[in-house]
Amino acid sequence: MDKSMTEKDKKEWSQRHPEVASLTPRRTDWGDPVEPLCTPGQAGGLDYLGELGFPGEYPFTRGIYPTMYLGQPWTIRQYSGYESPKDTNLRFRYLLEQGQTGLSVAFDLPTQIGYDSDHPLSAGEVGKVGVPVDTLEDMEVIFEGLPLDKLSTSMTINAPSAVLLAMYINIGGKQGLDPKVLRGTIQNDILKEYTVRGTYIFPPQPSIRLITDIFAYCGQHVPRFNTINVAGYHLREAGCSAVQEIAFSFSNAIAYIQAGLKAGLDIDKFAPRISWIFNTSNKIFEEVAKYRAARRIWAELLRGRFQAQDPRSWMLRFHTHTSGASLTAQQPLNNAIRVAYQTLAAVLGGAQSIAACSYDEALNLPTEESARTSLRTQQILLEEAGVVDTIDPLGGSYYVEALTRQIYERIQELMAKIEDMGGAVAAVENGFVQKEIQSRAYQIQCEIERGQRVVVGVNKCVIQEEEKDSPIKVNPQAEQDQIERLNAVKARRSQDRVQQTLRAVRQAAQGQANLMPVIIEATEAYASLGEICGVLREEFGEYQQVRTI
Amino acid sequence: MAAKPGLDGHDRGIKVVCAGLKDAGMEVIYAGLRQTPEAIVNTALQEDVDVIALSTLSGAHNQHLPRVAKLLKEKGAGHILLVAGGVVPKKDRLALKEQGVKEIYGPGASMAEIAAFIRDNVSLS
Repeated sequence: MDKSMTEKDKKEWSQRHPEVASLTPRRTDWGDPVEPLCTPGQAGGLDYLGELGFPGEYPFTRGIYPTMYLGQPWTIRQYSGYESPKDTNLRFRYLLEQGQTGLSVAFDLPTQIGYDSDHPLSAGEVGKVGVPVDTLEDMEVIFEGLPLDKLSTSMTINAPSAVLLAMYINIGGKQGLDPKVLRGTIQNDILKEYTVRGTYIFPPQPSIRLITDIFAYCGQHVPRFNTINVAGYHLREAGCSAVQEIAFSFSNAIAYIQAGLKAGLDIDKFAPRISWIFNTSNKIFEEVAKYRAARRIWAELLRGRFQAQDPRSWMLRFHTHTSGASLTAQQPLNNAIRVAYQTLAAVLGGAQSIAACSYDEALNLPTEESARTSLRTQQILLEEAGVVDTIDPLGGSYYVEALTRQIYERIQELMAKIEDMGGAVAAVENGFVQKEIQSRAYQIQCEIERGQRVVVGVNKCVIQEEEKDSPIKVNPQAEQDQIERLNAVKARRSQDRVQQTLRAVRQAAQGQANLMPVIIEATEAYASLGEICGVLREEFGEYQQVRTI
Repeated sequence: MAAKPGLDGHDRGIKVVCAGLKDAGMEVIYAGLRQTPEAIVNTALQEDVDVIALSTLSGAHNQHLPRVAKLLKEKGAGHILLVAGGVVPKKDRLALKEQGVKEIYGPGASMAEIAAFIRDNVSLS
């Protein structure tokens, strides 16, 4: 059938319809013009085995598993963490009862920055954007009654990843579990903290050493844990295009891989445990093309440049979260629709795990109803919409194949630029990444204010609406309660053992020994997160943000 | 002067606002992340600024914003226009305005309206 159509036919078609020739082409998120009608010419000369291949096989463009969702549905992993360990435990139990299949822990900012709840800088922040964790006891409460061998747990933690992972290993131990059975993920992606997310503690060099210590330790003792969850998500939220999201996060991952190799690790011992979190935003076909191209680039990079032999090292396994930045405070129910389309794009893109935003996120923490609706959004797609009946349903679409090829090239052009600069660490230290992101964020805002970029409910289809107050009640006592719990643990624990284990952490930090074993011991002795990070702050120093304004 | 009080690292909004105010012809100093109220007020006095714009999305606004307003008054700098942006629930916004924060912008606010508000309300030193 395709053979019967040529570029000449298409030209003649447009000549028969002068209105076609006068169309102004739309542009992709990354700025390329879009062909108003795609035909076999756009996906022309498609090398099926070279560019796409079969699912579960190199280069994985059509998906990383041979059976994809027919074999196993994606993991439904909603992000949650409430103001106390007890409340968080209750929410987790609720979400699991409702059919959620994996846990995802949101921590508060003091925890993410390595301060205890009683630190002066923690004032007002305890329990605000997630759950506070000061000592192992808080983790015991969070996971009470939840068997870790039956669950996988994702922890959004970066600078103090080693401490939270150590606590998780201890919780497993208390449930009688060998660390070898523990499944889950730590984010552990420090480079994007310097540029867009802000929960850094230490400078790049010791931070990356902590990452490679975790690679080495888990490779031996916690082999089913994802030791890093490299993030495109937050880069995109801060203003990146789809191209920048993948190019910057892949460049960050290359820096971690190079550090692992420099530390003497075998690529096939740690690359299979690298996992990803990406952002699925509004433009459905571009998002699908992004994921298809990203899988191919990653596979080619790992097999080609890094000489990985194990096919699991080549696979881009990713979680995706729908775009919080695309949600509006105006007409908040509209966000439920945006979330549904984005979740659809994630599924069509072949995600392994999905978190769908709640429609009220631009206003407050999700209520039970909004959190349940976003869970149901995923379940309706999975059970009713027929989008999982065949693998990579958009494969072969003239448009999607053309987009996949285009974004594949654009991503690699930008990665080459960063490589020329000396890699991701240099591109962060010289402010290139930050400046690229902030200038695009500014451009987007200017376009919205000029009406060139439509946001329904904000600059088009606007209505007068009465703003409702947040239904979420903040417990004014939560911070004080948490500090009292910390004090009680400190009064109860063996001070000698705490001091002894903290000395061991300091010694390991000063030398070359892997930090994981001593951090596991310190957390087991109920040394606090703030105490352990305090020792590391003294030894490693603290990062100072690069000024880009 | 723009700054992020507290531990919140979300700086897309504040950086966009800084760029917008610069394009509107204002001189802007961005103090960056993890600023304590004390540091914010000290920098503001040293730099002799006319406006302080604070961004907070972590829910800690009731901790940091009134403290900045109070310190400004204590140091005789009550004339400095204090504005804020972020995710701040309605009832908190009303309370914060009573405590000296002149305006609070939420998601969807435009750079143009922020610049106009500053022009109309600033008392130039």
